[in-house]
Amino acid sequence: MNSTRVYRLRPGWRLQWEEAQQRHVLLYPEGMVQLNESAGAILTLLDGERDVTALIDELQRRFPQPPREEMTADVEEFLQDAANQGWIRHE
Amino acid sequence: MSEQPLSSDLKPIPGAPLWLLAELTYRCPLQCAYCSNPLDFAAQQEELSTEEWFDVLRQARAMGAVQLGFSGGEPLVRKDLEALVAEARRLGFYTNLITSGLGLDEARIGALREAGLDHIQISLQAADAEVAAAVAGSPKAHAKKLTMARAVKAAGYPMVLNVVLHRHNIDQIDDIIALCAELGADAVELANCQLYGWAQLNRAGLLPSREQLEAAEATTQRWRERLAAKGQDMRLLFVIPDYYATRPKACMGGWGSIFMTVAPDGAVLPCHSARILPMSFPTVREQPLQAIWYQSDAFNRYRGEDWMPSPCRDCDERHKDFGGCRCQAYMLTGNADATDPVCDLSPDHHLIEAAREEAANDQREVHELTLRNVRESRVFCRE
Ligand code: SF4
Ligand code: SF4
Repeated sequence: MNSTRVYRLRPGWRLQWEEAQQRHVLLYPEGMVQLNESAGAILTLLDGERDVTALIDELQRRFPQPPREEMTADVEEFLQDAANQGWIRHE
Repeated sequence: MSEQPLSSDLKPIPGAPLWLLAELTYRCPLQCAYCSNPLDFAAQQEELSTEEWFDVLRQARAMGAVQLGFSGGEPLVRKDLEALVAEARRLGFYTNLITSGLGLDEARIGALREAGLDHIQISLQAADAEVAAAVAGSPKAHAKKLTMARAVKAAGYPMVLNVVLHRHNIDQIDDIIALCAELGADAVELANCQLYGWAQLNRAGLLPSREQLEAAEATTQRWRERLAAKGQDMRLLFVIPDYYATRPKACMGGWGSIFMTVAPDGAVLPCHSARILPMSFPTVREQPLQAIWYQSDAFNRYRGEDWMPSPCRDCDERHKDFGGCRCQAYMLTGNADATDPVCDLSPDHHLIEAAREEAANDQREVHELTLRNVRESRVFCRE
């Protein structure tokens, strides 16, 4: 994956924390994806400015446990998947 | 030691209603022959006021509802729609407007955007004005809808187009999808009309033939491939009519499970068509939403599986489809507790086959269907 790619949520879609469900959800026209903790953590950081490298830097800072390589692989796989599903886009 | 009744101990606690459908009004400038509104809508009581809707929104949000649909009737008929949208957004709802497009203009699109509306779903009736006019009882609606779809897109909304399919427009599906692609839809729901309300009344004149259905599905699949090859991200959702299925749909994800409708007069329903059932539904004017959702007889009636008749009761698929749709069971068998006759394990499945046959012999043209309007509705109003 190109590590300078800048992802953001698909326009019109919204990420928010739902107190009642105790998780992040991704809201879109007439639907909702209920996110697990890591998906929520990654999507929260897609601000339309951070590229993939900066995203992983920030995740490493917040979650120092997993080795960088492992995290990079996981994050890239997730981003690819999210892009295929149409949740996120890049320029 | 105190004895608790076992049943209340063992009943799983229902989850929160994640979805709220706010039917703001039954008023509508169109008269679609497939409308799912109640036949006796003209008898409905006074609509909830702006303040009452604010209160409904606050209560529902506090309970955990997050997806909100404004529908009707035509929700744009309500002058306070912008105010309701603004309050809903402030509360954190994702707000969907489900509209015919009539009553929309550029100023209103702007005002709704300002209020924070997230999404507009416009319904189209056909690819051409003639069929659209006959089925909706309005000669000008089609052109207006197209103009508004373009304006919605231009304003930067995500746009889902909804096309209700039936035997009089399903053969145009190629042109319909082409039109939606040209309008730049993000997604298209090609939904064969569900046979409730006015659609049930017109059933024999709406249900397509199996050949029509198969051809339309094949065309849709070809379009999916074509769109993928072009890299155009427009999802096509094709919904077959229940009457051609052998298993029922998981109606509303289960009765009283995630979905709640508030009707124009404040009645709280597990789905927008439940009013036809021979039971009564509490209104937000009488009780708090929380009590209605968790404690009312109406919402508990078909929750879980205790109520299920055979063959559902012992069926491995009961967690998948929850025995199907209560309204359909009632409309077809006269018994709301029955297995949905759509299921080919149901002892009443022959009713579905008979309905298909009746439809095959129905020669009515599109303009001969009964249109949904106040005059026709009065016929169905009880004292
Ligand atoms: S289906 Fe047609 S008549 Fe019924 S509410 Fe929608 S636009 Fe109005
Ligand atoms: S018998 Fe009941 S539970 Fe089983 S598939 Fe049919 S409707 Fe569903």
